[in-house]
Amino acid sequence: MSAIEFDNVGRLFERDGRSFPALDGVDLTVADKEFVALVGPSGCGKTTCLRMAAGFEAPSSGRVLVGGAPVPGPGPDRAVVFQQFALFPWKTVADNVAFGLRNKGMAAPERRDRIAAIIKLMGLDGYETAFPHQLSGGMQQRVAIARAYVLDPQVLLMDEPFGALDAQTRVVMQEELVRIARINPRTVLFITHAVEEAVYLADRVAVMTQRPGRIKEVLDVRAIRAAENWDRHARVEDVMDLESFVHLRTHIWRSLREEKVGGER
Amino acid sequence: MRSSTTRPPSTAERLLLGAIGLASFLGLWWGMSASGLVAKQFLPTPLDVLARTQYLLTEPFAGATLPEHLARSLERYAYGFLLAAGVGVPLGLLMGWFRWLDAMVTPVFDGLRFIAPIAWVPFAALWFGTGIGGPIMIIFSGAFPPCLINAYRGARFVDAKYIEAARMLGTGSLRTILEVLLPASFPAIVAGLRIGAGLGWQSLVGAELIVASAGVGYMMVQGQSNISTPTVVAGMVAIGLVGLVIDVFLRQIEAFVRHRRGLA
Ligand SMILES: Nc1ncnc2c1ncn2[C@@H]1O[C@H](COP(=O)(O)OP(=O)(O)O)[C@@H](O)[C@H]1O
Ligand SMILES: [Mg+2]
Repeated sequence: MSAIEFDNVGRLFERDGRSFPALDGVDLTVADKEFVALVGPSGCGKTTCLRMAAGFEAPSSGRVLVGGAPVPGPGPDRAVVFQQFALFPWKTVADNVAFGLRNKGMAAPERRDRIAAIIKLMGLDGYETAFPHQLSGGMQQRVAIARAYVLDPQVLLMDEPFGALDAQTRVVMQEELVRIARINPRTVLFITHAVEEAVYLADRVAVMTQRPGRIKEVLDVRAIRAAENWDRHARVEDVMDLESFVHLRTHIWRSLREEKVGGER
Repeated sequence: MRSSTTRPPSTAERLLLGAIGLASFLGLWWGMSASGLVAKQFLPTPLDVLARTQYLLTEPFAGATLPEHLARSLERYAYGFLLAAGVGVPLGLLMGWFRWLDAMVTPVFDGLRFIAPIAWVPFAALWFGTGIGGPIMIIFSGAFPPCLINAYRGARFVDAKYIEAARMLGTGSLRTILEVLLPASFPAIVAGLRIGAGLGWQSLVGAELIVASAGVGYMMVQGQSNISTPTVVAGMVAIGLVGLVIDVFLRQIEAFVRHRRGLA
């Protein structure tokens, strides 16, 4: 079991000697092997939520549980794809991807196979010996995703992982992520500012309020996806054309717009 | 856009201006010594120095030729500098990682680092006599602070995202220090080594003032006792040129490191 639970979570930050709440009473559960997308206006505390699940930060109030226990600190059972990649610039693509596996003490031959497989999957073949700064932003992001996937973690925490990709690559990666998620479902918390991406990928979409962030509403995409049989379409754009998809997307858009306007105090 | 200073010269202009600067300096020197404005035994002419240098290249003075003196100096310098780098860089890295070590060492270090290397000469002589330990200690005291400070700053202010990535990937302390902290600080460390190398070389004459039996500094002291000012200036020129070569060499390494990292 590796569910993520946010139980009435608050988080205060200090700025100019004054503390202000970034999150105020976040309640959200990502069930075991469920894919939840988190959308919300920028600055509402999405990254903060993810960092608490990852163990980089502790809540100021409330509890964050993973697998039923409070998060002890960061670890490879909860792989993170950072918003700014955080690749090691002094390591090659292959060494970046291999870094976590070496901590696991995995035997070299098995490690090589795993790395080769993930590099192929991410379309990084031929770039194994390149350094991150020699790659485009989109390629760097793929390396960051590969570095997380290769750990085969129970929980994946992804902070706008497709944000730096061009539209075409983005679609490929979305389809790829759906495919991987079908073969080997994980518990995924996925932050995005792209509403369509959230609706396409997630089992449920959680919409946050303007700062201080709370969960405003949670939409069950899974039920609609099953009822309307979205999966008969292999391509993103075909799914995004469906009336049920558009309806859901528009609903979330409206919900977010209320926040943006209301939030500009 | 208006620059805060005047227009930068082109490469050709730069070369020309540099040549003019050097020529003026040599001319002024020549004029002062050749005209008798300054007595010749106090300031030799550039030609005297050139002739003397040529002589020293092949003929021994104070027991050795100039290249032999230089070789001895470089040997002492290498030991002193390598010791400074070997202690300063690891200590700086560890201070950047372990905050308690930082709190413990920084006050001691800050208390000592403004003492000029030459101030250690009496103790170096007392503790090591004329052995190699004295010069090494003085060169060490010149080269050590930048080695330590740069490694410390590099580690202390390493971008938190790299440390977080390492922790997320389940990396232990030792591997984080060796494979994340060290390479992340590497550009800062190399810059510190370059500055330390320069300051260590500057400390050389002081190091060889009292304790050496051969070396450029020793040669200069012997030149002074023999009232051979051309020998002293020849030593100064040798030190200046070798220092320049060391600096240019380390600059190349620094540029290479930064290039590899995609920094410049
Ligand atoms: N370490 C920090 N110190 C101070 N304020 C922070 C810190 N991290 C985040 N914040 C603030 O908390 C709020 C939420 O940030 P974040 O979680 O990054 O939002 P989002 O990812 O939704 O854009 C923002 O106002 C941000 O400035
Ligand atoms: Mg964010």
